Amino acid sequence: MKLKRALLLAVVAIAAVLAGCEPLTVLNPKGPQAEVQANDIMMSIWLMSGIVIVVFAMLAYMLIKYRSSKQAKDYEPPHIEGNKWVEAVCVGIPVLIVAYLSFVSVQSNYKVEATPPGYEDKEPLVVYASSSNWKWHFSYPEENIETVNYLYIPTDRALEFKLYSFGPITSFWIPQLGGQKYAMADMVTTLHLAADHPGEFMGRNANFSGKGFAENTFDVTAMSPVEFEEWVDEVHQTADPITEEKFEELLEPGHLGKMTFTGTHLDFSPAPEGHEHHQSNDEDSEENHENHDEHEGHSDHSGH
Amino acid sequence: MKIDHSLPLEYSTDENRLKILGFWIFLGAEVMLFATLFASYFILSGGTGDGPSGAEIFEITPVLIETLVLLTSSFTIGLMVHAMRLGRQKAMMGFFIATIVLGAIFLGVEIYEFVHYVHVGAGLQTSAFSAILLTTLGTHGAHVTFGLFWGICILIQVKKYGLTPRTTNKSFIFSLYWHFLDVVWIFIFSFVYLKGMM
Amino acid sequence: MEFFERFAIPHPSPAIYASMVAIAVVSIAIVVGLTYFKKWGYLWREWLTTVDHKRLGIMYIIAAILMLFRGGADAIMMRAQLSAPENKLLDAQHYNEIFTTHGVVMILFMAMPFIIGFMNFVVPLQIGARDVAFPRLNALSFWLFFAGAMLFNISFVVGGSPDAGWTSYFPLADNEFSTSVGTNYYMIAIQIAGLGTLATGINFLTTILKMRAPGMTLMKMPMFTWSALITNVIIVFAFPVLTVALAMGTLDRLFGTHFFASTNGGMDMLWANLFWVWGHPEVYILILPAFGIYSEVISTFARRNLYGYKSMVASMVIISLLSFVVWVHHFFTMGQGAFVNSIFSITTMAIAVPTGVKIFNWLLTLYKGKIVMTTPMLYSMLFIPLFTLGGVTGVMLGMSAADYQYHNTMFLVAHFHMVIIPGVVFAMLAALYYYWPKMFGFMLNDRLGKIGAWIIAIGTLVAFMPMFISGLDGQARRMYTYSEASGFGIWNMISMVGALMLAAGFALIVYNIYYSFRHAPRDIGSDPWDARTLEWATHTPIPEYNFATMPKIDTYETFWDSKKKGTTLFPDKIEKIHMPNNSGIPFIMGIIFFLWGFSFVFAMWIPLIICTLGIFACMAYQSFENDHGRYISIEEIEETEKELGGKR
Repeated sequence: MKLKRALLLAVVAIAAVLAGCEPLTVLNPKGPQAEVQANDIMMSIWLMSGIVIVVFAMLAYMLIKYRSSKQAKDYEPPHIEGNKWVEAVCVGIPVLIVAYLSFVSVQSNYKVEATPPGYEDKEPLVVYASSSNWKWHFSYPEENIETVNYLYIPTDRALEFKLYSFGPITSFWIPQLGGQKYAMADMVTTLHLAADHPGEFMGRNANFSGKGFAENTFDVTAMSPVEFEEWVDEVHQTADPITEEKFEELLEPGHLGKMTFTGTHLDFSPAPEGHEHHQSNDEDSEENHENHDEHEGHSDHSGH
Repeated sequence: MKIDHSLPLEYSTDENRLKILGFWIFLGAEVMLFATLFASYFILSGGTGDGPSGAEIFEITPVLIETLVLLTSSFTIGLMVHAMRLGRQKAMMGFFIATIVLGAIFLGVEIYEFVHYVHVGAGLQTSAFSAILLTTLGTHGAHVTFGLFWGICILIQVKKYGLTPRTTNKSFIFSLYWHFLDVVWIFIFSFVYLKGMM
Repeated sequence: MEFFERFAIPHPSPAIYASMVAIAVVSIAIVVGLTYFKKWGYLWREWLTTVDHKRLGIMYIIAAILMLFRGGADAIMMRAQLSAPENKLLDAQHYNEIFTTHGVVMILFMAMPFIIGFMNFVVPLQIGARDVAFPRLNALSFWLFFAGAMLFNISFVVGGSPDAGWTSYFPLADNEFSTSVGTNYYMIAIQIAGLGTLATGINFLTTILKMRAPGMTLMKMPMFTWSALITNVIIVFAFPVLTVALAMGTLDRLFGTHFFASTNGGMDMLWANLFWVWGHPEVYILILPAFGIYSEVISTFARRNLYGYKSMVASMVIISLLSFVVWVHHFFTMGQGAFVNSIFSITTMAIAVPTGVKIFNWLLTLYKGKIVMTTPMLYSMLFIPLFTLGGVTGVMLGMSAADYQYHNTMFLVAHFHMVIIPGVVFAMLAALYYYWPKMFGFMLNDRLGKIGAWIIAIGTLVAFMPMFISGLDGQARRMYTYSEASGFGIWNMISMVGALMLAAGFALIVYNIYYSFRHAPRDIGSDPWDARTLEWATHTPIPEYNFATMPKIDTYETFWDSKKKGTTLFPDKIEKIHMPNNSGIPFIMGIIFFLWGFSFVFAMWIPLIICTLGIFACMAYQSFENDHGRYISIEEIEETEKELGGKR
């Protein structure tokens, strides 16, 4: 009977996920990419709950029905080798489930790796997001602005984040707008996001990067295009330009508050673009490399 | 110990057969080891940083000498096993010694080659390419070096005890090891040197 | 003095000083105790120099249990630190060191030796062999593992613990960001233990392929032996990858190369790839033998043959193949694009199919059975539901687009604990209870055992289910603290309660061992569970030669058939038995390897060269030693057999 209690607990825990009083961050999307992911997550939770229930029910049935205390003393369990049809079902149903999930997963993969639908009419806003121990630097080349540890974004445009790192591998993550992606020192990765509505969101580095990792967060504010334009103008009127010395100072390990500059560090410390490798897997690394050879040799602008 | 006389001496006892199978499995692990090194080499071969690339530092002469010497040693170790099966201890030891001498020559040339690389500015710390090159070659070279000492140990035992199930077993396993190193070298020759020089 | 400064802890705390004192006191107590009770000779003759697979197995298991408590202490500290927002119990650096050592210790120095320990103890018995193929190599494997484990464990009192996570991603693990010698310990201790594991893999493959009793074809092998066979194939093919990765990491840290650096052409993603090309198969190295244990236990206590033997074998083979082609799912977020992610997403989810087959086969083994709920069986029955929860969340993680949200969060942490604890730890505990009578000649108390099983199972749920929730709420893993406003507090507090329950459950197991040692009856016979496979056909205690004569196998449950149908299992006459001699060389090599590793960690080159020469000297000695083993005479065997209850 204790088993039932354990099962009950599990069910309660799942229910808490599904129906928690306030929606969990990841399941409360504010952008199209996060919505794709939240839908996938919810769909898979329901499907998996079904599997869990089937297994639990089968187990409970077997344990109740075939306990030795319920059977005659001289009962000898039969020898059963296996049955082709039963085993075919045991293989077939999981195959169908996995096939369905693969189908959904592959579609979502292409969705989250592209400009979200409904945003194609305007050029995406490109933001270079680079991490250093333990800060985030956001460069807006188009607006000619650089911020530290906070991010202002307009709601009407798709966002294209160019991610890289001055130091350990980090992961750029704004859960309510979409999933994360790594920022690395020797290449630039691209993350496509968009915000549907104005609001304030939590953003952070999700990948462990040393002592200051826990506090390696940033604030995200999505605002209407008009407000965004106003902010850009205001920055140009009030903020100081970023200089190479100032930027070197910012890169020193430690934590900083929010900062705003005009200009971007990309002018004097460009992103490690140009050899944007596709992740080399052992098998296809050879052909990958042929393409990158000509780009090598200018890769050491990561440290200080 | 039961000796099965229908089989060659090196296979004649249970223990010997276990050892030979075990060694084959070990070679399977070695294949993975070198496969990983090769994969890493291919990935990092473009990562020359500020250092030279393969085409700039490879020299054909020492590589050809190494290849020739090692291939010959693989042949002599084959003759060693043949002589051993015929029970001709003297000839067997002669071929064994020839193999070890050739191995030593190979090693000497390889050391020369390493000195050359460091000399032209491709040391261990120069770039990812130079590091993986020296590591891959060095791993093979270390295997050869280990093989030389191991081979000498076996040779002494053959001299001391003659061709017994134990010594023939050891010699046979050594020949497997040596052939394997030769195969690895052929891969190094084709995919590191030839590809690098083209 | 300058020489000794390198051994200082870079980041000391009272807890570490207390540990130093405790280690010193315990070491002195052991030495004094051994001297006082005059046990040095016994220890040397019977244990340190042994090449007997049964004793090595027991030593592995003891080491694993010790490491379980070391890793468990780390876990409790972590959960305590996180139990409340903005807690000040540990600072960031300590927290980082603790979760790093927790991961390494639990995977490599707890789960691995636990599994290899049972493989050592059980596999030769299950296939009717007298020992493994290379008994001395087996002893060397153990001592290499032990040297590696001890080297890793002294890191926190000498020089500092590794602090870059158990995955040790570069460039974080490089000198620039990981400044203490901690990560050197990681690279070198795992290297040494890994060599031992590789040797185990070769040894057991040879043993299982060549030393089975007459008549035992591959498809008549017990399921645990099958799982061991496949596991060892994975070991042989996966561990060399780790060897290379660790060697390159060591070169980067100690010789200034740039394999994984972001300058001079290095590539940090290469480490991640190599690590997981080993790391994912490693997960199956852990789980497959556990599946083997469950197959034995469930079939024994359902009093029925295992359902779908062939599909069980096939599913393990498929899992082992798939395990090598899924590693990218550990970093879907590295930017390799939708196509690559899709492929690895599909291969990952495909693993659910053979795993599901196994779950259904176990359930169908219960069908029409006569289920006896002993402690090992209870663990197995708790494994099925809990592992299913862990397994289905694994499928969810396999959907790469959604993984962008799960990755690096507590959801992932919850998932792998929900598969590893019910999957591996429950299996090892089930095996501990199941094989205890065979190992030590008395049974562990069933009532205490079941209470412990329930506490551990509920503790697992309480500790890890909340992490699914806090993960979806945005709590990243490896954060040493979080704000009150984040709302993670309540979930972490619940986790803390679960962690304490787990600790209580494990403490109860220790108490049970003590209690049963004092009170359990010793006249339990050689087959107390009424089991089905060959290991129960030997006497208890097991004579050193295991079987006086070779068993003759005709079905896959020959021992069960011999009990039910009265067929003869041992038809042959007793002959003299060849056994290997004990040897001190493996133990001595273990010590030299420990010193070698220690010198390497601190870049002390002269001692390192001396140790290297010592290792080669040991190998040469081994090569020249003319030790042909010894024979046990017929009279001696007959006498032993009579004493233990006659020839079966």
